[in-house]
This record gives sequence, structure tokens and C-alpha cells, in this order.
Amino acid sequence: MSELLARNADCIVWLARYMERAENLARILGVAETFARDRAGRNWLAVVQINADEERFFARHREADARTVPHFYILDPDNPNSILSSVKSARENARTLRPMISIEMWRQINRMNSWMTGLSPNAVAPANLAALCEEIKEACQLHVGITEGTFYRDQAHYFYHLGKSVERADQTTRLLDIKYHTLLPRPEDVGSALDISHWNALLKAVAGYQASRRVMAGKITPRSVAAFLLFSDSFPRSVILCVRQMDWLLSQLRTRYHLRGGVKALELLDELRAALTDQTIDQVIDLGLHEFIDWVQRQLMLIFAEIQESFCVSRQPR
Amino acid sequence: MTRPRIALPGPGLLSGYDPTEFFCEMLSPRDDGAARLAAIAARLNALDPDDLRRRAARAEKELFDLGITFTVYSDKDAIDRILPFDVLPRVITPGEWTRLEAGIIQRVTAINLFLADLYGDQKILADKVVPADLVLGNANFHAFMRGMKVPCGTYSHVCGIDLIRDQEGLFRVLEDNARTPSGVSYVVENRNLMLQCFPDLMEGTRVRAVDDYGLMLRQALKEIAPAGVDEPSVVLLSPGIYNSAFFEHVFLAREMGVPLVEGRDLVVENDRVYMLTTAGRAPVHSIYRRIDDAFLDPRVFRPDSMLGVPGLMEAYRKGNVSLANAPGTGVADDKAVYAYMPRIIKYYLGEDAILANVETFICREAEGLKYTLDNLEHLVVKPVGESGGYGMILGPKATKSEIDEFRAKLKADPANYISQPMIGLSVSPTLTDKGTQPRHVDFRPFAVTGASTRVLAGGLTRVAMKEGSLVVNSSQGGGSKDTWVLAGEGQ
Repeated sequence: MSELLARNADCIVWLARYMERAENLARILGVAETFARDRAGRNWLAVVQINADEERFFARHREADARTVPHFYILDPDNPNSILSSVKSARENARTLRPMISIEMWRQINRMNSWMTGLSPNAVAPANLAALCEEIKEACQLHVGITEGTFYRDQAHYFYHLGKSVERADQTTRLLDIKYHTLLPRPEDVGSALDISHWNALLKAVAGYQASRRVMAGKITPRSVAAFLLFSDSFPRSVILCVRQMDWLLSQLRTRYHLRGGVKALELLDELRAALTDQTIDQVIDLGLHEFIDWVQRQLMLIFAEIQESFCVSRQPR
Repeated sequence: MTRPRIALPGPGLLSGYDPTEFFCEMLSPRDDGAARLAAIAARLNALDPDDLRRRAARAEKELFDLGITFTVYSDKDAIDRILPFDVLPRVITPGEWTRLEAGIIQRVTAINLFLADLYGDQKILADKVVPADLVLGNANFHAFMRGMKVPCGTYSHVCGIDLIRDQEGLFRVLEDNARTPSGVSYVVENRNLMLQCFPDLMEGTRVRAVDDYGLMLRQALKEIAPAGVDEPSVVLLSPGIYNSAFFEHVFLAREMGVPLVEGRDLVVENDRVYMLTTAGRAPVHSIYRRIDDAFLDPRVFRPDSMLGVPGLMEAYRKGNVSLANAPGTGVADDKAVYAYMPRIIKYYLGEDAILANVETFICREAEGLKYTLDNLEHLVVKPVGESGGYGMILGPKATKSEIDEFRAKLKADPANYISQPMIGLSVSPTLTDKGTQPRHVDFRPFAVTGASTRVLAGGLTRVAMKEGSLVVNSSQGGGSKDTWVLAGEGQ
């Protein structure tokens, strides 16, 4: 089976995106939990803000707190951005893809979905939240590991990683943004011990703590952390690394599999890469970190839309 | 009535088991294989019931984890159900299988000759062997298929023959499924499960393998590809993930190693079929379609079909793409046509049917209707166009008011019904809440035909899990068992 159905390519990029999204949301909730512990629960709102979910959230809850936000983002079946919804969507896509993914991949996603569906509201209670986020993250990582070890390396594999890289870049920018939102109301905290510990928590949430210690030689500043998450050439969740990965994957699809589309996506990727390599972190922060992150997120959306337009379109029934 | 039974060496799992007057698929002796049957029965008998139950629970969990499920839709939810799996296998001896296989090949050959005739010269109608109006007035007879030559002369490429075994132990055909019979995925997956959870049960029994089904099917689809195509591109066409049999479509696509496509993945241009891939259009030559005739092509059949492919039938008629099964095979597996099947076999092959029918009364005929009305309380009456066990009545099990109600229906539309005597279906020992109990079973083997017919050495044994029930359909609480066809000399 050398051809890849356009519809299946779409399912693959979404499968990868949803699983990556679930993992990152678990990371974000994990770090928000750490922040909230220190700040009398005031920071749950930030999670809602970075996901631009204010409208949907406040239609359902009056208060963004330690009960409502984790429930909304983990277990709420009516929130399309909840981890439960992401895992369900991942499973639906995997279901379509069953003839081409390994039985082990399917089985694990199917089991994860059954497990998540059976969770009681108590599972997201404050006392259990950290452990649950950890478990979700590990289930997602199990998916990644099984995929690495069993997914046949043809076109489909490249599309899988394209979806994953887009989502990861997007989520890393959101994680960085959470710190921006958290800091905003309390400028007096900047540089304080509390502030540093938050940046550390954030680095731990993206599993970048050890690496950042090594590169930054002990100087943890907001600037160095932002630079690390945006520009690091070696950190697997940095935005530039994801962008480089996407560029490579798209080029491979064009050369190895002779796919003709994707020129516009490559141009957009070039532009994004330039923005990430031609500026220093000082320049970015002076112009506004939040604005920059917003622009990066919009570029990623355009690139993803181009990829779908080029490779993933099937005939619409009348 | 007591019948001879294979003796068990001592007390065990089968101790309290009593098949009463029915033929038992485990303990009733056959013409061959006595020693091997006895060895299997003894091995099962020696199993510890608690251990067996634990392993059975694990097997069901595994089915669920693997999503080997069919989907039941309620008002607001889609629920994935597994087909209940009973761990005690059903055994068929080499001698029984030889006869079954020959009978199935004979029947499928006759069905294909019958279809070729109906869509060709219609000699059988001219010779009045089968009433013309039964065929020409049948909703599943497609006039547009007339005069078309199909590759290898094959119309029903995948055929499932439903068999039951009566109280004398004789296999009889209950129904032909010449359209899109389902269930083969359970045959293979039940075996996988058996090998995984109960390897000790199977060790040394020399049971014939069933895992070559996908390759058989793919081979047949290659054989029927349009002439002149060296490496035909084969696909499986499914209505999509909301179809209750989607798991089977996945299974078949995976086992054949071909893409699972939906209607929206296909386009027709200049009467040729293409699938839409990441690299643009790619030609398609053979389609194993799991979409009903009515939805295949909105230009020819139902114009509101969203599942089909506009222009597909014209490409098919031009011989640029092959379809399995061919449209219009439903006319051959009609329950009224079934009654004529022994005569159809005789007509085309000059042979007597190897596998007997169940005696059938045709209510469209005055004689049959009278007999049926006079004996309703003894008969099974079925509507000819339904499947899945719907709309039928089991006379001996119905109440007086149910029978009266049915009598009115039958009188209003006699041509819609056939009737048959109630058959005491064979039983098989089955694990239940009350221990090992007899439960009625049927059997659906699968035949695949390209240039020739091959029968998978196994089949779907469906079991009515409710005590005394004769209804084995999965939609009505039926389960399934692994079917062990014992290998003969040199197999």
C-alpha cells in the first residue's frame, strides 16, 4: 500500500495533534496547579485565557478555581478542548485508521479512552489532580513510544509527525503565555524568589529543567527561559525545533514521495523560521512577548491549513 | 429419546451437562474422528471451572480493548458491544468437513450459474424451473445488469451459507447469503483469542488454520480485475465508521493489506475509478464493497445516497472496474428462491444437492399457504425479504394471540412469507451462570470465489446464549464460539 488516502492523511495529522494536545494540556494543568498552590488559587483563570476559552468557560461556571478549571479541561465531555474530548477524537481518528496503524497503537488508545471515560469527578479533585495529570501524560507518552516502535515508516509516518510538530509548537507558546498572564497582575513579583520558582515549575512542566540548567549556567531569568522555549536548537519542545522539523518533514514528503503540494506551507514556514532566528529575545520582549506569541500561533494555523488544503482533501458528498 | 454419547473419563466440567434430545456438537458420535473427539471432550472436562471463567473474562476484556465490537445506536449514545464469546469450541471432524466443503462449493457454483443465467438468456425461467415472476418481480433483480459480462462469470464472490444441524445430526442449509455476508472477522478473531488465552486447549489438536482468509479474498479480487491490468489496485469500500459492521471492514482491509475507502474517497472520470490520495488521483481496479446495492451509485440507485460514488455503475458496466459482490445478487438469496435451490442445482449441474434444504412451504403458492395456515402453531414463518431474524414467528413458542395476529399479517400478504418446520437445532456445551449448559448453535461457513471457489476451513458458530432459545442473531443476544475443523490426513 504505497498510496495514502487524502482522508487518512487528515486523520493521521489529527490523531497526532489530539494526543499531543492531551499531553500538553496535562502539563499545563500540572504547572497551573503548582502556581495556584502558591498564589491562593488565583491563577486558574490563566489556563482559560491562554486557551481563549473565556466565553465557553463562563457560560458553564461562575468562578475559575481549583474545582471548575481542572474539571472543564480534563473531564468535561462538552468542552471540545478537554483532555477527554481530545482523547475521544484521537480514538475516532485511530478507529478510521485501524487498517494502517499497528494493533498495539489502536489498543492503547482504545484503552486510554475507556479509562478516561470511566473517571469519576473525584479524580480531578485538588488532592488527586497532580497524580492524574502525571498519569495522563504517561499514557500519552506510551502512545508516542508505541508509535515510534511500531508505526510503519511511510508517508503516513511523516504526516503523523507534521501534526505532532504543529501542535507541540503551538502548545509551547501557550505554556510560555501562561507565565505572561500569571505575572501580569503582580508586576512587583518580577525577579522575586516566588517568580523564579514559577519559571522553574514551568521548565519542569515541559521537561526542560535539567537541560535549561545546563545551558543557562544557573542564570534563570524570564528572558533566558523564554529564549530557551522559543529558540533552543536542541530542546525537543522548543518552537524553532518544531518548525525546523516541519520544514524537513514537508521537504521529505515532496522529494521521497513526490507529493506536489505544500509550496505555500514551506514559504510560510520559512517566514516563521526567520522570525525565530533573526531576532534576539530582547528584541522580542521589547516588542511584546504576548504579541509575538500570538503571531506565531496564527502562522502555525495558516501553515496547518495549507498542509490540509494541499494533501488532505477528499470529495465532499453533495 | 436418548442417543449414544461419547463417554467421559470421570467427573468434571461436563458432569452435569445434558443435551437431552438434541444432537450435541461435542458428545454425539460422528462417522469419523471418534478418538480425537473423545480426547478433546476429555480435555475440556478436566478444566477447572473457576480458572476457565477467569480466562473467559480476560478474553472478553481483550475483545473490548481491541475494539472487536459492533456498534449499537441508542437515542443519544453509540455503544460498542462485543459479540459474547463462549470459550468452549465447536468441533467438526475431517469427514464432516469434506462433505460440507463439497456441498458449499456445489451450492455456490449453482448460485453463480443461476445469476449468470438470470442476467443473461434466462433459460431457467423459459424452462419454468423457477417461476419468472418470482425473479423478475423481485426488488433485488436489477434489469440494468442484463447482458453484462462479469469477470470469471462470478457474481457472488463472497457467499455465506447458513447451516443448522437437525436432531438426526444432518447438516441442512437454512439460508444463503449471497450479498454481503458478515461475520468472517469473528471467525479469525475468535481463533486469535483462543490461541492467546487458551493455548493449552488447542495444543496438539491439529485444528485447521483460518488466518489465510484475507489472502484468499485478495487473490479472488485480483482474479476478477479488469483484463490487461497487471498489478490491480484493490480497495475495500465501506460506509464508514458509523456502520455497525465497521470493525469487520477494518479487519478485512487490514488482512488484505488494501486501503479502506469510503465513497467520498473515490471519483469517476471518463468511466474510470480513482481514489483521492495525498499525491492526487490513483486508479482503482477491484472493489470489495460493503455498501448495499441501493447506496452504490446515486445516478443508478437511490439518488439521495451520500455513501456511494456517482458514475460507479457506468465504469463497472464498461468493464473498467470490478465489483465484489456484483450488484443484483440478492435475487439469488431470497428466502422464496431458496425453496427452489435443490432444483436450481439439479438444473445447472445435473447433480443432487449434497446439502439438503430445510423443508419449505412457499406461501405465494396456494398449497403452501393452506398448509402454513393450518399448521401455524408447528411452523416457523419468515418474511422473505428480512434478515437478522426480524419479523418471523416461531409457532411452537408463540402465544395464541401472537399466532392470531400473525395469521392476519400472513393472509394480507402471503407472497411475503415462507414457512418451515421447527428444527431442533443441535446444541453445544456452553459456559453459563448455571454451569456448563446445552445451548443451540448454527454455523456459517464462508466461500470465496474468483476464478474458482475456495471455502475457509472454519466458520462462524453462533450460539443462542439464552436457555432454550433458537435465535442466534447477534442483534438479539446471540454469541459466538470458535469452530475447530479437525485436519485430515496430509492437511
